Amino acid sequence: MKINVKYFAAIREAIGVASEQRETQATSLAALRDELIALGGGYAESLTRGKAVRVALNQVMCNESVTLTEGAEVAFFPPVTGG
Amino acid sequence: MPGVKLPRVSIQSADFDLSAEVAALRAQDARVGAVCSFIGTVRDRTAGEPGTIASMELEHYPGMTEKSIEAMIDAAQQRFDIFGARVIHRVGRLQPLDQIVMVAVTSKHRGESFRACEFLMDYLKTQAPFWKKEQTPTGARWVDARVSDDAALAKWGIALENTSLSAQPLI
Repeated sequence: MKINVKYFAAIREAIGVASEQRETQATSLAALRDELIALGGGYAESLTRGKAVRVALNQVMCNESVTLTEGAEVAFFPPVTGG
Repeated sequence: MPGVKLPRVSIQSADFDLSAEVAALRAQDARVGAVCSFIGTVRDRTAGEPGTIASMELEHYPGMTEKSIEAMIDAAQQRFDIFGARVIHRVGRLQPLDQIVMVAVTSKHRGESFRACEFLMDYLKTQAPFWKKEQTPTGARWVDARVSDDAALAKWGIALENTSLSAQPLI
């Protein structure tokens, strides 16, 4: 299925793009993260397990076990530091 | 009661005027007996060393930022006996002494405003998608999230962890 993926802050800088459309086999956010890590380079470096990464599905922060749906907007970002 | 509905959340690069914001929030409701506001400002230092931050860049997630703060205000409205709330957060390049964030709340009596204002700031610090990058004499660096901010949210009984390695539960 096709999904849109956004990256922010240090993760955006490591991967080198702010957003991209991706074709994925992943059915969960965890599986999508693993798929991205397997691409190596900045993806592996910034999303690797053991790094604190927050994930949002359709602009709501959620757990990685959540199911991915066609056309979803997924975002990966570091812990937030506003305020 | 109000003819014009003010926005509750503004994400903007421009500065803001606390007096004008509070006046607008109060003007709508003569039941108000208490106003509590908080302003966060840019410091010129980390770890107590003056002049170590020349400027900072605030990045955010347009769309989700507004939605998430709207949801926090809804949560505050449910939890506290308040009339109105307004949140402004600046983005882009900011210098030391600049205002970054404002939360203002109105209620009948002071207790609910004080609590709702702190609740909103604790929530925003750990759950609104903003990221700070500081310019220092040795280069730029992304600010690290603090475990103490998670603890501040936890005291409201909300167990969402911004800093943990595992993904957080669904809100």
